[in-house]
Amino acid sequence: MVLFLLMFLTPLGYAAYLSLFQERLIGGTTFVGLDNYVTALKDPLLRDGVLRVAAFFVIQVPLMLLLALLFALALDSGLLRLARVIRLGIFVPYAVPSVVATLMWGYLYGPDFGPFAQLGEKFDLPVPHFLSDGWMLGSLANVVTWEFVGYNMIILYAALRTVPQELYEAAAMDGAGPWRIAWSIKLPALRPALLLTLLFSVIGSFQLFNEPKLLQDIAPDVIDSSYTANLYAYSLAFTGQQVNYAAAVSFLLGLVIVIFSYVVLFTANRRRTS
Amino acid sequence: MLAVLAYFLLPLFWLAVASTKSTQDLFTSFGLWFSRSPQLLENIRETVTHDDGVFLHWLLNTVLYSVGSALGAALLAAAAGYGFAKYRFRGNNAAFSLVLGAIMIPTTALAIPTYLLFAKVDLVNTPWAIVLPSLVSPFGLYLMRIYAEDAVPDSLLEAARIDGAGEMRIFCTIALRLLAPGLVTVVLFTLVATWNNYFLPLIMLNDPRLYPVTVGLSSWASQAVGGGSGANSNMLALVTTGSLLSIIPLVIAFLLLQRYWQSGLATGGVKQ
Repeated sequence: MVLFLLMFLTPLGYAAYLSLFQERLIGGTTFVGLDNYVTALKDPLLRDGVLRVAAFFVIQVPLMLLLALLFALALDSGLLRLARVIRLGIFVPYAVPSVVATLMWGYLYGPDFGPFAQLGEKFDLPVPHFLSDGWMLGSLANVVTWEFVGYNMIILYAALRTVPQELYEAAAMDGAGPWRIAWSIKLPALRPALLLTLLFSVIGSFQLFNEPKLLQDIAPDVIDSSYTANLYAYSLAFTGQQVNYAAAVSFLLGLVIVIFSYVVLFTANRRRTS
Repeated sequence: MLAVLAYFLLPLFWLAVASTKSTQDLFTSFGLWFSRSPQLLENIRETVTHDDGVFLHWLLNTVLYSVGSALGAALLAAAAGYGFAKYRFRGNNAAFSLVLGAIMIPTTALAIPTYLLFAKVDLVNTPWAIVLPSLVSPFGLYLMRIYAEDAVPDSLLEAARIDGAGEMRIFCTIALRLLAPGLVTVVLFTLVATWNNYFLPLIMLNDPRLYPVTVGLSSWASQAVGGGSGANSNMLALVTTGSLLSIIPLVIAFLLLQRYWQSGLATGGVKQ
């Protein structure tokens, strides 16, 4: 418990403390109150980063969860052959470090020796330039989806397995078809698990860092140092040396995520009671 | 469904194929099939010996960091989860909601402040900088609490107390044993989290000898992009082979232990 407090509250407190100061060329470090936050809120780079991440969230998360849900339902229906193999196959990417996954997809996307570009050349088909400005967010979303569909699917699948078999039998007796069963029994049973996965996805997508950081090497023109909010905080602290401002930015970012998570939780809970 | 499977496995297949090629073949032969002169062993040899075997150092570091923090985190999570589940103390609920709140605080938002803090106490650029923050796993704690409520019957604890066992002894000899399946889950997931962690070691370490494999590979990858000339000409092949080598242990671990993590996730996902 002590360690827990030490590892969570101390950095938070220290960040809050640091964020109130500013280092100037003349006069050293001075107390500036909330100035850093005011700057951060007005900072167009930070705003763009947050908006971009939010756009990413809106595209990627529903897609990923929908896919995970579909696969979980399909696996649970027991109609598939090779269900075991498929389940493991979809899950395997989760065991691949995001660094390796991004490097791999980065090469696959690449125009030089990526198989897509090679295939396109062979058959004279136009292949979209995956690493260009317009495609980048989609390409990132693909990488993240590839990594985490399996993880979410396993959570949902595990939840489905705990639905008692009698419920299905009773529903079948009452004349419910497989679709009806999926809709009226399986989906409600999945609600808590879905909420959990949604929450993790919120947290995950708002701190998007590894994937853009690594793709930056391949596509430096598209991804600048403030592509996502987290990347921005990182570049502020380590290349810009603006430690105090970086502390303010990461504090704000943490706040945004917590608020967003509570909003998600709140709306989901309200819908349940109504 | 087979198409789906292909989507998930194709990149891995590509990686396996690519790691048998020299850098030149990567550019000249078709990406999804082997080239005429496969040289997997040659690639592995070069990956392992490049720069005085720094890759082996990275692998070893990764194993040390992740096993160390996984075991530590699981023990701490078990102790704390058990405490929350079986003892009533003042501030019990308040403390637990604090833990739940902590799940939501993104680790990366904490990373920069943690770095600044560690820089003050000279822990930066030591293995401790990686292991200490990873020791705390709010999600693991949450999982263990739920698990402990079911798995450790109160009557057993009472019987032990009547027989005169101290609380410490009860925890070590009875509770830990009953919690074992849950422990494996927490170990496995912390292991993966630390194994795959990139942000934290990236900012904490600047000595290449201390890098875990993720940071090391990405530094090679950026060399491969920037150079392609001189000493770095074969970098690309090294990156693909290194990537392949680095994912094999985890994939095997997951396949072998699947019974545990599946049941563990079921506990966490179902009971909110």
